Amino acid sequence: MDLYSLTLTDIAKKIKNKEVSIKEVLDSVYSRIEEVEPKVDAYITLTQERAYQKAEELQKKLDNNEDIGVLGGVPIAIKDNICTNGVKTTCASRMLENFTPIYNATVVKKLEEAGAIILGKTNMDEFAMGSSTETSYMKKTKNPWDLTRVPGGSSGGSAAVVSADMAYASLGSDTGGSIRQPASYCSVVGLKPTYGLISRFGLIAFASSLDQIGPFTKTVEDAATMLNVIAGYDKMDTTSANLEKVDYTKALVNDVKDKVIGIPTDFITDGINPDVRKAYDEAIETLKNAGAKIQEVNLEYAKYSLATYYIIATAEASSNLGRYDGIRYGYRAKDFNDLDDLYVKSRTEGFGEEVKRRIMLGTYVLSSGYYDAYYKRAQQVRTLIVENFKKAFENCDVIMIPTAPNTSFKFGAHNASPLEMYLEDIYTVPVNIAGLPGISVPGGFDKEGLPIGIQFISKAFDEKNLLQVAYTFEQNTTYHNEKPTMKEEK
Amino acid sequence: MKEYEVIIGLEVHAELSTNTKIYCNCSTSFGADPNTHCCPICTGMPGTLPVLNEKVVEYAVKAGLATNCEISRFSKQDRKNYFYPDLPKAYQISQYDLPLCIGGHIDINVNGNKKTIGITRIHIEEDAGKLIHDAYTGDTLVDMNRCAVPLIEIVSEPDIRNADEAVAYMQNLKSTLEYLEVCDCKMQEGSLRCDVNLSVRPVGQKEFGTRTETKNLNSFRAIHNLIEFETKRQIEVIENGGVIHQETIRWDDAKGIGYAMRSKEDAQDYRYFPEPDLAPIVLSDEYIDNIKNSLPEMPHIKKERYIEEFGLPEYDAEILTASKYTASFFEKTNSLCNNPKAVSNWIMGDFTRMLNEKEIEIYDSKVTEENLATLISLIDKGTISSKIAKQIFEEMFETGENAKDIVEKKGLVQISDEGAIKQLVEKIVEANPQSVADYKAGKDRAIGFLVGQIMKETKGKANPQIVNKLLLEIINK
Repeated sequence: MDLYSLTLTDIAKKIKNKEVSIKEVLDSVYSRIEEVEPKVDAYITLTQERAYQKAEELQKKLDNNEDIGVLGGVPIAIKDNICTNGVKTTCASRMLENFTPIYNATVVKKLEEAGAIILGKTNMDEFAMGSSTETSYMKKTKNPWDLTRVPGGSSGGSAAVVSADMAYASLGSDTGGSIRQPASYCSVVGLKPTYGLISRFGLIAFASSLDQIGPFTKTVEDAATMLNVIAGYDKMDTTSANLEKVDYTKALVNDVKDKVIGIPTDFITDGINPDVRKAYDEAIETLKNAGAKIQEVNLEYAKYSLATYYIIATAEASSNLGRYDGIRYGYRAKDFNDLDDLYVKSRTEGFGEEVKRRIMLGTYVLSSGYYDAYYKRAQQVRTLIVENFKKAFENCDVIMIPTAPNTSFKFGAHNASPLEMYLEDIYTVPVNIAGLPGISVPGGFDKEGLPIGIQFISKAFDEKNLLQVAYTFEQNTTYHNEKPTMKEEK
Repeated sequence: MKEYEVIIGLEVHAELSTNTKIYCNCSTSFGADPNTHCCPICTGMPGTLPVLNEKVVEYAVKAGLATNCEISRFSKQDRKNYFYPDLPKAYQISQYDLPLCIGGHIDINVNGNKKTIGITRIHIEEDAGKLIHDAYTGDTLVDMNRCAVPLIEIVSEPDIRNADEAVAYMQNLKSTLEYLEVCDCKMQEGSLRCDVNLSVRPVGQKEFGTRTETKNLNSFRAIHNLIEFETKRQIEVIENGGVIHQETIRWDDAKGIGYAMRSKEDAQDYRYFPEPDLAPIVLSDEYIDNIKNSLPEMPHIKKERYIEEFGLPEYDAEILTASKYTASFFEKTNSLCNNPKAVSNWIMGDFTRMLNEKEIEIYDSKVTEENLATLISLIDKGTISSKIAKQIFEEMFETGENAKDIVEKKGLVQISDEGAIKQLVEKIVEANPQSVADYKAGKDRAIGFLVGQIMKETKGKANPQIVNKLLLEIINK
C-alpha cells in the first residue's frame, strides 16, 4: 500500500515508530500530488521548500528521541482563507491574488506546534462564497469521484485533496456548510465544530458570527485527533470559548446503545434526491441495529434557516469585505480619476460575481429603513432556531440528517439560478445559524456511484457525543474505505 | 428683527490616555514616525480580530460616574460602515444603541449663574488614522498610528444656549477628565476635540430649527468664535428669508470664518450593526462600585478642603481647583513654603496672566513649584521686597532660573540694615523740608513722596516696613 493512502493516525504512528522517514512520507504525498493534481486542480499554492525544511528539522528531533508532537511529520493542507505567515493567502480571489500575510492563523500555529507539515493552500469558492468551488478566481477543482463534477464548496479544494490522497488531512472553514457539503460530495469526513471551540484568528472573515474552522479527514478517528490539536481558547479571539481541555479521541467508542438519535422528519422534505433519501433511511437502520434508540424530533423553524442565513451572512460579509478597497493591499485598478473611482473600479474588477452579489445583498439588508425588516428579524428568527434545537436536544443526544439533498453536480449546472445552488445548503445552514457542531461522514453512493454524506449534529460543545455516534456509524459501514476513481464519468 | 434662541449640543471626543490601543497592544503615544505604531490588527489586515482593552471600559466608566451617568450593566459594540482611506477596516467600531454610559449631567457656572447641562450618553469607539498630503509629490499618504486609539464620545443634551455656556461646559469636562486622569486633554494635539451642533429658532417657537454641525474644534477660542459666527450667520439667513440646510460647517480658525460644505454626509447611511467579533460588555455592580470607590478627589470636594485646610477664600479655592494641574501646583508649592494665601495670590495673579499671554498650560511653564516656593520664602524672610519679587518672577518665567540665583546675580537683596536705612532717611528728610512740613500740616500723602524718594535711591531694595518705621520716627522726633 502506498504511503499517501494511509490515514493520518496510521502515518503518524509509522513516523513515530521510525518505520518511515518524514522525507519518505513527503516524497510519497508530493509525487501523488504530481500525478493527480493536474486532473483535480485542488491546490492554489504548494509549499515544498518549507515542507522539506520542516521535515528535516522534525526528523532530527525524532532521531534525538525528542517529542515531535501528535501530528509529528504529518503533511496537511490548508484552505486558502486561513492565514499562513509568509505564504500567499488568496481567498481564491483576484482581490488577494498576491496577498502574503505576516502572521499565522492560530490554527496554523497549533498545527505546526503539534508537528504538522503544511503541504500547500487549497482552492475554494472566492471568499468562501459558494457551494461548488466554481466561484474561485484561480482554478476549477474537480471532484475526484467524477472529474466532470464539482467537489462541493466552499472548501472544495480541502475536500478533494483528502479524497484524492493528496493530503492526510486538511483544514476548511464552514459558514453555511462549506466543510460538510464538500465532505459529502467527496466521501470524506468533514467536521464543523461548535462556534467558539476553534479560534477564528487568522481566518479571513466571510460572516464572523457563523464562520468556523474545522478538519477534513479520511476517518472519524483522524477528525478527533485533528480536533484535539486545533480546539481551545485563544486570547486573540474573544468569541472563542474558555473551556476545559477535552480529549476527543476518548470518544472513539463503537457503541451507541445508550444514545438517542433524533430524526427531524418534518425537515426532510420533497426536494431530496431519492438515492440520498434511501441512504439516509439505511443510516437510520444501521444505527438502530447498533443499538441506538431512534426518536422523532421537531425542527419546525429549521426551514427558515436558509432565509435567515442569506441575510445575516451577507450583512456581515458586506462589512467584512469593505476593507478590500485598493488602498493598502490587494488589487488596485490601474486607471482611476478620484478616490470614489478607485474604490469602485478596484472592487468591481477585484471581486467576482458571487461575491459582489452577496455584498450588494448585505448592503441592502443593513440599509436604514430596511434593517428592522431584514437584519433584525433575521436575528429574531435565529434565536427561534437556537431554541428549536435546544428543545429537540431535550429528547435526543444527536440529530441525524443528510448532509446535502443531492450528490455532486456538473460544472455550471446552477449557473442560471444562484438560488438553486443556495438550496444545496438547506441541511447544513441550520447548524451554523444555531452555532452547533456538525459532522459529515461517508454514508453511501447514488446510482451513478457519487458519494452521499450523512450528517450528525449535537448540542454546543458536545463534540464527544457527536464523535462517538459518527465513529460508531463509520465502524458499522464500509463507505469510507472506498477510493475515488479519478476519472471522467459520463 | 425677531429675537432668537440658540440651541447648542456638543459632541466631545476625548482620546483616552491608555498606554495601548483599544483592540491591540500598539502604543497610543503621540508624535511618532508615521506607521510605526501599528500592527496587523489596528490596520485591519485580513483575518485579524479585535480584543477589547479593558482599561478603555474602566476609563469610560470613570468618566460616566464623574458626570453622573447611569452605567450600563449590558452594552455592546457596533460597526459603523463607511469608506475612507484613513479607516482601514472600512468600518469604525463604536457603540450605537447600547452605549456604556447614559443620562448624566454636569453643572456649569457662567458669571455667577449656575446651570445644569444634560449628558445624553458616553460611548467608547476607535479613532481613525490620518491622511497626509504631500505637497511636493501631490500624493496623499495614510498614517495609521492613530488608528484604533481609544476614544470616548460625550454627547450633551441640546441644553447650551450661547458661546460662554459652551466654553464653560467644555472647561468643566476638561477639568473632570484631567482629574480622572483618563485623558491628557491636550486640545492642540487633538486629544480633546469638540463637534458643535447649532440651530436657532425664534423665541417662543417649539420646534427646533435645522441644525448645522461643525466638527473637530480644538480650542476654547475656536468653539467660542464658531458659535458666535454661526449664530449670527443662521439668524441672518433666516432674516433674509433664507433656509438653513442641514450641513457640515468647516471652521477656519485663523480667518474666523465658517464655510458650509454641502456634503452628502448627512445622507450617508452607516449601516450600523452589532460587531460580531466582540462579545457584549457585561459589568457587575461590584466592578462599578470598585471604580466608584477609586475615583480621585473631584474639584468640588477639593475646593471645600482648600477652604477648610488652607483658610482660602471660596473664590481662590474655586479657581485653584478648576484644573487638576493648577491644584497640584498649588499644593506642592505650599508644602514647600507654607504660605497658602501667598501661593494662591501668585498663581491666580501674575502667573496666570503670563500663562494666558503665552497660551501655555501651567505644566508647560518653566516655573517650577520649588522656584515659586523659594521666591515666596525670600519675601517672607524679608530678603526681597514684594515689588522686587515681581521682577524676579518675570525673569523666572522667561528663563526658568531659580529665584535665589536671580537675586544674587542682580544684587536684588533687600536692604534691611537699619543703620544704613536711617542714614538715607535722614538725608532725604533733610533734602525735602517742604514735604516734612506738609506732613506735619496733616497732609499724609507727603509720606508717600518721601518713601518714594528713598526707594528711588535704593532702586527699590530698601525694606519698606523699615523705611516706613524709621521715617515716621525721624519726622516725629
